[in-house]
Amino acid sequence: MNDSSGIAPGAPVIEIENLGIAYETRKGDVQAVRNINFSVHEGETMGLVGESGCGKSTIAFGIVNFLGPNGKITEGSVRFQGNELVGRSEAELKRLRGDRIAMVYQDPMQALNPSVRLGEQLTEVLTFHTDLSEHEARERCVEMLKRVYMPDPGDVMRRYPHQISGGQQQRVVIAMAMLNNPALLIMDEPTTALDVTVEAAVLDLIEDLKNDFKTANIFITHNLGVVARVSDRMCVMYAGEMVERGSVREIFQRPCHPYTRGLLASVPKLGESKLESILTPIRGRVPPPADRPKDACIFAPRCDYATEECTAAKPRLEEIEEDHVARCIYARHIDTRPRTARRRLPGDAVTGHEDSPGGERILGIDHLKVYYPQESQSIASLFGLGEKKFVKAVDDVSLRLERGRTLGVVGESGCGKSTLVKGLIGLEPVTDGSLEFMGIDVDDTVSDRETRLIREMQMVFQNPDSTLNPSYPVGKQIARPIKRFKTVPKKKVKDEVLRLLRAVRLSAAYYDRLPRQLSGGEKQRVGIARALASRPDLILCDEPVSALDVSVQAAVINLLLEIQQTFGSSMIFIAHDLSVVRFFSDDIAVMYLGQIVEIGPADAIYEPPYHPYTEALLSAVPIPDPEAVQKELRLSGNVPSALNPPSGCRFHTRCPRRAQFLPDGGKICETETPPWQSTEKGHRILCHIPLKDLAEIEPVVHTTAAA
Amino acid sequence: MTESQETDMGEDRLSIPTETRLPTSRIRRMWGGLQVLFASRTAMVGLCIVLFWVFVALFAPLLTPYTPLEQDWKAPNEGPSTRHILGTDELGRDLWSRLIYGARVVLVILPISETAWIPGGTAVWGVLVALMAGIFLGLVGGYYGGWLDEVVMRALDAMMAVPIILLFLIIMAALGQSAVNVVIAMTIVGTPGIARLVRSLTLDIKTREYIRSAETRGESAWYIMFVEILPNARGPIIVDAMLRVGYAIFAMGTLGFLGLGLPPPSPDWGSMVAKGREFILAGSPWAALWPSVAIGTLVVGLNLFADGLREESMRYQ
Repeated sequence: MNDSSGIAPGAPVIEIENLGIAYETRKGDVQAVRNINFSVHEGETMGLVGESGCGKSTIAFGIVNFLGPNGKITEGSVRFQGNELVGRSEAELKRLRGDRIAMVYQDPMQALNPSVRLGEQLTEVLTFHTDLSEHEARERCVEMLKRVYMPDPGDVMRRYPHQISGGQQQRVVIAMAMLNNPALLIMDEPTTALDVTVEAAVLDLIEDLKNDFKTANIFITHNLGVVARVSDRMCVMYAGEMVERGSVREIFQRPCHPYTRGLLASVPKLGESKLESILTPIRGRVPPPADRPKDACIFAPRCDYATEECTAAKPRLEEIEEDHVARCIYARHIDTRPRTARRRLPGDAVTGHEDSPGGERILGIDHLKVYYPQESQSIASLFGLGEKKFVKAVDDVSLRLERGRTLGVVGESGCGKSTLVKGLIGLEPVTDGSLEFMGIDVDDTVSDRETRLIREMQMVFQNPDSTLNPSYPVGKQIARPIKRFKTVPKKKVKDEVLRLLRAVRLSAAYYDRLPRQLSGGEKQRVGIARALASRPDLILCDEPVSALDVSVQAAVINLLLEIQQTFGSSMIFIAHDLSVVRFFSDDIAVMYLGQIVEIGPADAIYEPPYHPYTEALLSAVPIPDPEAVQKELRLSGNVPSALNPPSGCRFHTRCPRRAQFLPDGGKICETETPPWQSTEKGHRILCHIPLKDLAEIEPVVHTTAAA
Repeated sequence: MTESQETDMGEDRLSIPTETRLPTSRIRRMWGGLQVLFASRTAMVGLCIVLFWVFVALFAPLLTPYTPLEQDWKAPNEGPSTRHILGTDELGRDLWSRLIYGARVVLVILPISETAWIPGGTAVWGVLVALMAGIFLGLVGGYYGGWLDEVVMRALDAMMAVPIILLFLIIMAALGQSAVNVVIAMTIVGTPGIARLVRSLTLDIKTREYIRSAETRGESAWYIMFVEILPNARGPIIVDAMLRVGYAIFAMGTLGFLGLGLPPPSPDWGSMVAKGREFILAGSPWAALWPSVAIGTLVVGLNLFADGLREESMRYQ
């Protein structure tokens, strides 16, 4: 079972053998993780991927026995630099943690103590584990901050965590982890909470540090793109078991376990669109730890290749090649095996509305502005004398949407995507500009709109856990809009609810369920059904899939596509994942700091000429393909405050291209508002740089499997 | 109810793990809630104490041969005996009778006039009316925000600035002694705290996406406040109400002790302690002891119940 790979020379830094971890609960022990085998060598990154609830973090905590009062290692061994860690005393492990083994967590704001200056938090790591004096420790810290590319490290040492941005916080946490030059660095979703552009820079840094410090890294993530970018080898985790392990290249090229194959098929590649490809979700959900079969393949209930033999005995790790194993009895010839469960492919009809250009205009926005008044802190403002300031969340946005089409909106967080949608639906009062929906002016808030209009515009929300009212069963929540808008006669409400449940592929049994009995994907489906209940013409989707696991995400995207076809509704689709937006949308608008900087047909946006901001976003997207060559264009700094946006072109403070293409290093960008330039492909770019220069820029991504 | 179901695109079969087959009907859901309660030993002990007092209060006339006003001239200030199991007071009235009839006023009936009464004890009514007022003000302040919130909350803050016992005394002195007036006093004193709690819960809940969803449907503010927000705030409100019934019993005791509670000679725990206290050093502490124990156990019982409920409901989430 245990293999020692020949990739890196020398003994592995950490060797995990047959590890099993259980949590004690009132119902008895629940096995969270079992049969884990892997080892990590010096200067190597091992990626652990899988959906939530698969036990990735449990392994990370298990290594340092940080499992909390009710967690325990039930079997197996963890050898760190040749020494057994299982069964060591708490005191010994405490010496190791933070010194030889360091951890970086998902949320930097929770890893840093908000009431202690960063400098003190950093030096404490050194003074606790080494004999360095305070002064020497400080110097080492400043040096390390420089090493993680923190601007002005001396100043950062004196600051509190809330005074630096999220990306910088994560850099400080990484610096803290690297201070004692650990042999093993465990990173648990370190970039999940960050924006794509910041994420790309942090991933670069991690790569850099690995090469310099020769640390062994364990990198936990749910994002296949991220794992492809940073890891050398990877383990695919499913329901507490390791189902496939091998080099990243090998696994992405030749996935052998059906679950790995399923994961890869359920994420859209950057540049793929609904017109030419489909996503295939994995059906069902990860079984809870108490329901996992001990003597059968754990994935069999969701597997497309499953046969009776799969449930007869627990499959062993099959060796496919050297250092590539998969826990599936058919792993070796999975490519040629027939699927035992056919899926109904939703693909064919998706192309439907491509050939209806120039349809009826459903939504027109002109110079829309949504400002939030900001109370100033001065005494004068207490008496109403102070100068009124505004957060310009959406500033001068104009766009059109035709019936039956989908407009995708992308941008970093804080660029006004959500505010734009809230302005449209009337949750935020519009400050200025005009908003026309189905030929009627609707620039008032929702409470002043006519019921007739309200029912035509509905919204799907981001967070599956808060999209449904926890107090009412599903059926009642879907029935409410039906009753309110009187879409069907009173007697038929229940039938209509059941019809909607069917439309979102939930059975009638869900009618009486409470939201807490539903999984994230199911809740999101109910949210979609509720939005559909009034039979709206325009559906606004505010990051409907970003909180879902990839396999579920694919199912929800397919569902939305199908709904759009059957109901012919138009959609505005917000997401920060550029691959998903590209896949889903007909047109795309790229937003930066309250303004649209590039807008047009989806395929045009993803090819040169790019707006420099779009180019930077695209080069930051983690692509789930280790062979893809991506341009390294990183944005410096953060999104400036919308309270006081930069003059001229808003992007000029971070623009990597203006000095290259414009005379005087792009002085013009600082003073003058850029013009809209239209290309032949039908998209428009808000930039001073001449189109022909922008058109000459190389495409951001080269994939070996070019479409 | 739950067979195999379609959950995914193009999906024909799927076995739902047994654990997700949860009861769906209303009764079974309530049964599930009760089981949560049974799981907590703290809550069960508290509940038993409270139920004991409710039971004796409900069936008071059947549990004693004496009325609370009947005087036994032959046996004043006696200790427990077979004729008077808890003893008698200075007028020879049976302490057990007075105690359980006193519990009646606290927990089971609210006397409106000499002859008429309505179900629900004085303490219970005091908390209920305060709850209604507090919930209303808290919801309105929290949901609307702005100047309305500012006015409501500052007014309530001003009320909270006055010491509670002083407020009680002022109100009772102004209104006069009667059970209804005790309820009014408890409402005025209790409302600000409840309103604060409900407001803070509302501020949290109103940011949830299902509230956004209701707003995008164009629901009225009343619908959102009472149908969408209130049910989700009920957990903490119920726990708080339990604690408040305890405080209310305490307050009733205090008022009675100070001679501002129910008019004599009605069996009032507070005034029983006040009377009985004179005879403690004279060798018969019983008249003061039993009502004190009664108040103590009932308040402790309610607190245990509320604590257990809170703990268990937090774990449940």
